[in-house]
Amino acid sequence: MSFLDLLGFATRALRGHRLRTALSLLGVAIGVAAVVTLTALGEGARRYVLGQFAAVGSNMVIVLPGKNETSGAMPGLGGVPHDLTLDDALSVARGVREAEKLAPMVVGTETVSFGERKRQVALFGSSHEALEVRRLGMAQGRFLPAIPWDRGAPVAVLGSNLSQELFRAGDPVGQVVRVGDWRMRVIGVLEPRGQQLGIDMDDVVVVPVATAMKMLNRSGLFRLVIQVRTYADLGTAKQAVLKLLKERHGEEDVTVITQDAVVSAFDSILGALTMALGGIAAVSLAVAGVGIMNVMLVSVSERTREVGLLKALGAQRGQILAAFLAEAVLISTAGGLLGLGLGYASVLALVTVYPALPASPPVWAVAAAFGLSVAVGAVFGVLPARRATRLDPVTALAGR
Amino acid sequence: MIRLSGVSRSYDVGGEAVHALSDVTEEIAAGEHLAIMGPSGSGKSTLLHVLGCLDRPDRGTYELDGRDVSRLDEAELSLVRRHTIGFVFQFFHLVPRLTAQENVELPMIFAGTKPAERRERALARLRAVGLEPRAKHRPDQLSGGERQRVALARATVLEPKLLLADEPTGNLDTASGRHVLELLEQMNASGLTLVVVTHDPAVARRARRVLVLKDGSVVYRGPGSRIQEAVEILAAAENGA
Repeated sequence: MSFLDLLGFATRALRGHRLRTALSLLGVAIGVAAVVTLTALGEGARRYVLGQFAAVGSNMVIVLPGKNETSGAMPGLGGVPHDLTLDDALSVARGVREAEKLAPMVVGTETVSFGERKRQVALFGSSHEALEVRRLGMAQGRFLPAIPWDRGAPVAVLGSNLSQELFRAGDPVGQVVRVGDWRMRVIGVLEPRGQQLGIDMDDVVVVPVATAMKMLNRSGLFRLVIQVRTYADLGTAKQAVLKLLKERHGEEDVTVITQDAVVSAFDSILGALTMALGGIAAVSLAVAGVGIMNVMLVSVSERTREVGLLKALGAQRGQILAAFLAEAVLISTAGGLLGLGLGYASVLALVTVYPALPASPPVWAVAAAFGLSVAVGAVFGVLPARRATRLDPVTALAGR
Repeated sequence: MIRLSGVSRSYDVGGEAVHALSDVTEEIAAGEHLAIMGPSGSGKSTLLHVLGCLDRPDRGTYELDGRDVSRLDEAELSLVRRHTIGFVFQFFHLVPRLTAQENVELPMIFAGTKPAERRERALARLRAVGLEPRAKHRPDQLSGGERQRVALARATVLEPKLLLADEPTGNLDTASGRHVLELLEQMNASGLTLVVVTHDPAVARRARRVLVLKDGSVVYRGPGSRIQEAVEILAAAENGA
């Protein structure tokens, strides 16, 4: 019995009961569509988060004061970690070759006022290189001046939202605002940027780092963000920074993380989420398999006489098994194809409604869903097909 | 052609052994036309199933075409059925979703015949039973007589040596029944061994030889021409005498 004959025989048998076939096919289709859609959502979430990091800039080494690992030393002997000072940042700038641009950062909250209008916003002290390091853009005026980090200046750059609220339609550049107790001249307004790693960059006031430290009465930095030349320099830059700061502090009391470590952590968490969603959806495929089994069992018992006839005509067990199995696999394969279509259509609809979410089903999920749907037919078709082959020809012909 | 010696077959029905065939010894010559009669439950269907290799005897041997087939396994039996035996049933057993031609092609599909040859042979068989113009009709578009002729074409398409017919005219009107019988006899005349199970003395009369079964045993053997004797034996058997 050739493969084409098998296919033809099975197709004709399925056409004999269209509604039943269509319904069990739909079951598989829903399962496959669920896998495609849900993994597309998971993948969309992953890409969205990674996109957020990419917006901050890649090739970043971030230095944080303190160490969040236990040293194993006796309690009380480790000492309080040193501040990460502006001098430390300067020595990194001088001593680490891979460091291309540096943004020392101090963060606090401060009240910004212009005339009667007041706003409580995030105060962000940094260097002129922060513009590039944080991937910011200017809407008006200019960013912080390139002055030595230890020198302050009474200038401020406003976030777009803050500028809007303080000045309405007026031109903020050149105006003097109050930041806390300090009078500062507005030199520029940032482009709208939205949330960036939890800080709303539209509602900030940016001032030179030394000024911010004085305003907030801080002796240490919140962190130091270093942009290295190439991605390949990340590792060596990290080691060089650690070594240098260890020498300066006498102990390793800073944490140096690379952007890719953070990204890969998120990547693996969200990847696992996608897998979990796919797994949950795959359960519905198993349910669809039970549906196929049910339909095939009904089909076998309806066609008992036919099985008896096939046996009388000299069909062998293997051929009868193959014929019924082919029906089950046809249902599940057609269902799988329909499910892929439905899945892609719903992903397309989703992306149209929420363009911000880069939802797209991962290739592995699509392949697995389709493969699984075919396998479901084969696995759940075996029992009914075996039942057909085991029928006794005499009783089967009698229709009993 | 066929040699049955001491063939017995019993079934277990509700914990009780029912002897459908007990110690049947019979020879059927090649090219013979044999009718088997008997009241219901006499074992005539079981005998036909054993002859058709659909059922195996519990005891005794069955030699078909010089080969002992009573001990063959399922796979070998299906090959014997495919190549040596053709079946015609009372209820035709056509596959309803397939056309007449496709029904005739069915045994060749399982035998692995190539599509072009299949088509040609199926049409030739349909021509032989006078149904070539109806080749594209499905069974529900054919009359009873036409359906049985399609079944006949299917039974003979792989050129078997033995044709087994179980009440082939049982569901047909007299005219179409006669047509089917004429076709059967025509095939018998060209060398096919024909065994017909029937209730109908008019059918049995046309056979060269008639067997009457009762309670699993052969109680009468005689030529078809003396059907009246067989009918009397049969009437006695049916009245439980």
